[in-house]
Parts: sequence; structure tokens; C-alpha cells
Amino acid sequence: MGFFVEVLLSGLMAGVLYSLVALGFVLIFKASGVFNFAQGAMVLFAALTFVRLLDILKDTFAPITLALIITIAMMIMLAMAIERLVLRPLVNQPGISLFMATLGIAYFLDGFGQTLWGSDIYTLDIGIPKGSIFILESVFEGGVLVAKEDLVATVIAGLLVVTLAIFFQKTRIGRALRAVADDHQAAQSIGIPLNYIWVIVWTVAGLVALVAGVIWGSKLGVQFSLSLIALKALPVLILGGFESVLGAVIGGLIIGAGEKLAEIYIGPYVGGGIEYWFAYMLALGFLMFRPQGLFGEVHIDRV
Amino acid sequence: MNDNDRKLGPTLLKADNISLAFGGVKALTDISFEVKEREVLAIIGPNGAGKSSMLNVINGVYHPNAGSVTYKGTVRQQMKPHEAAKQGIARTFQNIALFKGMSVLDNIMTGRTLKMSAGFLAQCLYVGRARNEEIEHRKKVEEIIDFLQIQSIRKTPVGRLPYGLQKRVELGRALAAEPTLLLLDEPMAGMNIEEKEDMSRFILDVNDEFGTTIVLIEHDMGVVMDLSDRIVVLDYGKKIGDGTPAEIRNNKEVIDAYLGVSD
Amino acid sequence: MFYREAGQFKTSYKADQAVFPIFQDKVFVAIWLLIGFVVIPMLANEYVFRAIFIPVIIMALAAIGLNLLVGYCGQVSLGSGAFMAVGAYAAYNFMIRIPDLNPLICFLLGGLSATVVGVIFGIPSLRIKGFYLAVATLALQFFTDWTFSRIDWFTNYTPSGSIAVQPVAVWGFVFDSPIRKYLLCLTVLVIFTIIAKNLVRGRIGRAWMATRDMDVAAEIIGIRPIFAKLSAFAVSSFFIGVAGALWAFVHLGSWEPLAFDINLSFSILFMVIIGGLGSIVGGMLGAAFITLLPLFLNQLPIWLGINMSTAMVSHLEYMIFGALIIFFLAVEPLGLARIWQITKEKLRLWPFPH
Repeated sequence: MGFFVEVLLSGLMAGVLYSLVALGFVLIFKASGVFNFAQGAMVLFAALTFVRLLDILKDTFAPITLALIITIAMMIMLAMAIERLVLRPLVNQPGISLFMATLGIAYFLDGFGQTLWGSDIYTLDIGIPKGSIFILESVFEGGVLVAKEDLVATVIAGLLVVTLAIFFQKTRIGRALRAVADDHQAAQSIGIPLNYIWVIVWTVAGLVALVAGVIWGSKLGVQFSLSLIALKALPVLILGGFESVLGAVIGGLIIGAGEKLAEIYIGPYVGGGIEYWFAYMLALGFLMFRPQGLFGEVHIDRV
Repeated sequence: MNDNDRKLGPTLLKADNISLAFGGVKALTDISFEVKEREVLAIIGPNGAGKSSMLNVINGVYHPNAGSVTYKGTVRQQMKPHEAAKQGIARTFQNIALFKGMSVLDNIMTGRTLKMSAGFLAQCLYVGRARNEEIEHRKKVEEIIDFLQIQSIRKTPVGRLPYGLQKRVELGRALAAEPTLLLLDEPMAGMNIEEKEDMSRFILDVNDEFGTTIVLIEHDMGVVMDLSDRIVVLDYGKKIGDGTPAEIRNNKEVIDAYLGVSD
Repeated sequence: MFYREAGQFKTSYKADQAVFPIFQDKVFVAIWLLIGFVVIPMLANEYVFRAIFIPVIIMALAAIGLNLLVGYCGQVSLGSGAFMAVGAYAAYNFMIRIPDLNPLICFLLGGLSATVVGVIFGIPSLRIKGFYLAVATLALQFFTDWTFSRIDWFTNYTPSGSIAVQPVAVWGFVFDSPIRKYLLCLTVLVIFTIIAKNLVRGRIGRAWMATRDMDVAAEIIGIRPIFAKLSAFAVSSFFIGVAGALWAFVHLGSWEPLAFDINLSFSILFMVIIGGLGSIVGGMLGAAFITLLPLFLNQLPIWLGINMSTAMVSHLEYMIFGALIIFFLAVEPLGLARIWQITKEKLRLWPFPH
């Protein structure tokens, strides 16, 4: 039993990280209807920028703060560039064209980031505690082993979700974002500047990518494979629905836990490595029954 | 015996106590009416009265929560749009629903899909039946193109055409199926007088020449009164009037709800 | 001046519906075929066949296949690599398990196996659209990657998991030299191109395009969505499956599952986008472009005398690919095929501008 809980917990905590990446997708999808395949590339770009700046600035008085500020500035510039060079020329194109354009962004950003900052594996240490501890010793015999960094990641992710929820529900910009998500033209006609909203939402997604990149990066090292995390986040979205912040979180947890449990308990019978596709098949099977995801909305086709 | 009685045939379509709701919103409540063969029936009513929903029920896009539709003498259960098409129901849409990436010719040719039967292999090789039937149907389509006077644009992608012409092409696509029952959802919305006159003429010609039964939704009262044999009036999903144009014009309830004060 | 339709009146619908209604087009295609089958074999050397012509031709076949699905039927697939893998591994298994089976039959069976998988994974397209479907096809991609690397039966229990095959031999004729391989691939491409062209100009092609442009309206006309979508999946994956078998047997000769990973899927999608969505010739142009660009980029620093690391070149390649994708989607969504068409139209007027 203790072992099961341990696997479950480690799965859930991996799931939190998937959720973080999925959150970036959801934000952009909600506000601009764009399925942003480049979210993973943004994670890599943000993490690379941050880790390399840390190295460059390591002799200054506050390397982490400075690196953070400059990285954030770069993410804002990136959002502006994307709005200007990709979204604006493609406005009113079908969603699928925009999706393919974000594939282009992903490729460009992967190449650009590595051209600019190099393509080695960089270790990132910003003081997130390492090592493992035993918890729940009173409940299970011997307790349950968890990694400290996973705990930290969970807390950060939780805070981020709450912040985003408040941002969406309570602030003026958040309301504007929701209006834009509902109807682009109507939002524009009541004086919400669309371009400005897009820059904001891509910036926020960029910041979420930065958080995800820093956490993943301190866990695995900052390297190209971070870009592929996006592929892990896709089944999360299918499960949770493209438009739901809560869905991204819960979908991430389900996928994370399901994946780990399947690998441990089913994997040995079929040759292992099923982590590679299990999430996708889970999501796909789910799709057949609930095409709009757990928390997605049903759209009625009007003719 | 007036003109109408000679023209009309037996009942083609009968709606019995149709009700339709989306969640809690009632779109249609207990609607019944009949359409006779070769009749031109207009459905009128304010925006949101449920007119388009009614058409959607007739050709199977929506399934009513209660009531039944009898078509050609058989009561039909839940039916898919493509099955309705097979039984000879064609329609046009309020917001034009043409295939934007295709030429006028291809759009209208697509309307004849159900009349084609060449097998897959023949289509791969473009031989035998596949080739003959393309040419044979092309002749039919050219007749429609002549009828609608759109010869000069037959190879133009429809996305590039002005609104009025798109409406005309859409009518052509529906006609290509040689329907028994033609549903027209606001065929003249957004048109100027001349375009409306053209479209009215096409509709009447279709009705006269091919004997096609027509159910149309339209807001322009002048057009409706001129074109239709009978008018059904909907308001808030309920039927409030049903009769000849003359009767409707004098129906008090209809005047209050929709036509406004008559002078 | 020489390319124009004046004086060529079409007196029958048959003539008007021909693939190349203008006489000069027929000559033009004849010249291309002559170049392909006679001139190139006389002039090109082995390296050019192996590095350029053979891969471009096979990828063109795959891109045409994907274009039928994405460009004509509007269903986005990120699983082309998987269909190629299914084609390749199925052909391999038919070949080793059924003795003396003609390899060409094996390729077709490989294509048919891809068709079966395509139809199964096309079923979700009946319920889900757009991005959801794209992600569903990714599921196939990951699943086949795993299947062919973990289930040893498919690789006939070779210890390394990679497969090596003999040159293809048909009725005693061995396709061992690059020129023979080239002619084999070109013949297959020509046949499949004709089939694709016939399909898209007929009823089934119109059903696909109608489903792409306005699926509700298509259904109301009587086009069953299940038929349109699944037939597009079936035909498309057949093309891609055959391309996969050719890629493995004729181009690679020996391969491992990684040869068909997600990057291949993306490459083929890029060929379709850059070549031109909904255009047969676009698939060919896109395949040529995407295959040749890396070769060109690798050569460029050498020609310019700049010292550049291979990593740098590959990063630049990514950037250029990305930028081109965005450029084509924003500026010329109809891709290279459109540019090709504009050139032809200009030629029609030349040398008189009006």
C-alpha cells in the first residue's frame, strides 16, 4: 500500500508539472482561440535565456533577480513579436492555419534559442531544495518517499493557478480577456483593443512557460528535451478541455498519476516504456466518450 | 376554381405538434402545419421566432423533442441530414454556406453527389462510369448555370464572388439535387431591389417549371406576399397565423406581433 | 507568347474537364516526363540520385498522400511518420513471412495495412475536429514508435531492433543501382499522381473539399461525413504507407524505428503547407523544397567560405523552416503551387502585359 501511494504521489507531482505547461496552452486558447504548439518551445527558450543570463550575471549583486527581470523582458518582447509578425497577418484565418503557424513558431524558437544561447545541457540551481524526504510516516509503515523539489514545484504550481484564477475573474484585464475569448468582433466593438490583449496573454503564457522551464530545468537540466514537454501536455489538454484552467490542473494530475501507475503495474507485461504513449491513448479513449474534455463546453453548431 | 387550387397537389409534408428546446430555452412549441405539393409556403416572424429551427427540424439537423414530421406519407423517426437529402429535401442557408475553396461549377456539381454512382476504382482511373457520369452531370449543371445566368463565373472560386451572386450559386447547388422540397432560408437577405427581383423570378420559375415545392423564410413582406401561396407566422416559437397572404394581412394577432399597424 | 489558350475552343464538356485543357500544358507535361525518364537518367550521377532524386520522389508521394487528407479534406494529421512506418514494417513482414511474394505486391500490402490503421485512427475524426484530431493522430505516432521498437515480432527478433533488407528484385530484375531505384520510384509516383488527380477532380474529391469547407452544408447535400472523412483517411494513408515501404526498402535499405519518428511527420506536414494545401503539384514542390533546403544550407557555408559548426547549421535550419512556415501561411497560404500558377498566368500574357 505504501508503495502504491508513493507511485501515485510521484505521478501526481509529475502531473503538476504537466499542468504547468498545459496552463500556458489554455491561457492562449481561451483568449485567442489559438492552439499554441509553441508552448514547449517557449518553455525551453525561457529556461535557456534564464540559465544563460544567470551565468553571465553571476558576479553582479543580484544575479537571480537581474536574470529574472531580463528574461521577463525578453518574454514580453517575444509576445510582441509574435503578435506583430504572426497573429496580426493571420487574423481571421481558420484556427488550423494558426495552429500550423505556431508549429512554425516552435521550430523558429527552438533554433533561435539554441543559436543565441548554445545547445549544451545547463544545470540550473536557484536554491530549490534537492533530495528526498519521508512523509506520512504515521499513516504507512516506513512512510512515503517524495522528492523535495517535487513538493516545491507543487506549491509553486498551486500558487500560480490561484493567481491566474484571480487574474481572470477579478481584474479588468482578466474580464477583457474573457470577453475576447467569447467573441473577437464583439469585444473589439466595445473598445477592447485586440492586439494589446494578445500581447498580454502571450506574455502571461510566456511567464507561465518561464516558471515551468525553471522548475523542469532545475530538475532535469536545461536542454533541448524541455521543448518536447509540450508533447506531454497535449493529452492533458484533451482530457481537461482546451478552455479550462481547472481542467488543465486536474487533467495533468490524472495523466501524471495514470502514466506512472500504468508503467509500474501494466508496463512489465507488455515490454515497458508505455509511458511513451499511455497518456495519449488514455486521452484518446476518453475523447470518444466526451469529445469536449472534462471541463470543456459543448458547442452547438448553428446553421 | 382559382389558380392555386389547380396547381396544388396532395400533402407533401406535415409537421405535427413539433416542439424543440435547447437546454431550457424553448425554440419551438407545438407547431403544426402542412405543405402541399407544388406549393410555395412562406414562414415569417420576428427574429428569434424559431423559423430557422423549423427548417432545421425538417431536414434533420435538429431532432424535435416532441411531435413528428410526415413526409411523402411516411412518419419519420430521427433522421440525419444526409438521409433527408436522399429523400429529395434540399436547402440554402441564412448565412451562406457555400464551399468557399471550390469553383462555382464544383459547388453545383457537389449538389449532384447523390445522383452519382461510379465505383471507387473507376474514379481512381477516371474510366467508364466515372468519366461518363462526370460529363453527363456536367450537362445538367450547365443547364442550371444557364438558368441562373451565371455562365461567366462558372470557374471562379465562390469565395471571391459578391454576396448576391453567392446566394444565387447556393440556390444553384440546391437545385442541382433536383429536389422535391426546397427550403430557402432568407434567400433575399441583404440584397438590393434588382437582385431581389431576379431571385424572386428564379424561385417562381423553379416552382413553375420543375414543380418543386418551396418553403421559404423571408423578412421582406412585399416579396413574401407576392411569392407565396400560403404563409405561416411564428412568434416566440409558437404559430400565430396560417393562411393565404390576404388572410394573413388581415389577421389581427399577426399584425400586432409582427406586421405592425396596418394602414 | 507561346503559352495561351486563344484559338483553343472547347466544344465538349469532356474536353473542358480534361486534366490539361490547354494544349501547351500537355506538351509541357510530356516534356517533364521526358526529362524524368530519359534526360535525368542520362545525366545524373549516383550521388545525385541517392541524395536528391530518390528521396524527393518518395517524399513527394507521401506529401501528395497527406495533402489529400489535410489539403483536400481538411483533417489535420501529425501521424504521417506512423503511416510510413506501418507501410514499411508491414511490407517487411509480408516479405519475410510469405515466401516468394512479389515485392511490389508487398509494398501494396504495406500500403493497405496503413489504410487499415488509417481508417481505425480516422474514426475519432467523426466525433472530434481540428486540434483534437491533430492530437489524436499524435497518439498514433507515439504508439507506432513504441510498437515497432518494443514488440520484437515486427522486427523478426533482430537483436538490434533495426532491419536490413536486400535490394528489391521483381521477376529476377534487381533494383540495385541508384538509376534503377530512381526509375522504380518515379514510375510509382507517376501512377499515384494520376490516381490522386483523378480522385480530386471527381465526386469523391468534391465530397472531401465540401467536408473541408463546410461540413454541415456537405451533410445536407447528402455527403455522409463518415464516408468522406474515412475515405480520405484511407486513401491518404495508403499513399503514405506505400511511400513508407519505398522509403525503407529502396531509399534506406536498413532502418530502425527512429527513422519514422515525429520529426518525419512534421517534415511531411511542412512539405504540404509550403508546397500548397490542396494542390497535387504542391506536394511535389514542397517535397523537393524541404528535402533540398538542408542540403543547400549545409553547402552554403562551404561555398561562402564561412566556418560554421554542424550544430549551428541545424539550428539555422530550424529557424528558416519555422520562418518559412509562418511566411507561407501568412503571405501565400496556397504555397509554392500558387507561385507556380502565377508564373504560368504571367506566361500566358507574356510578352504583352495586358
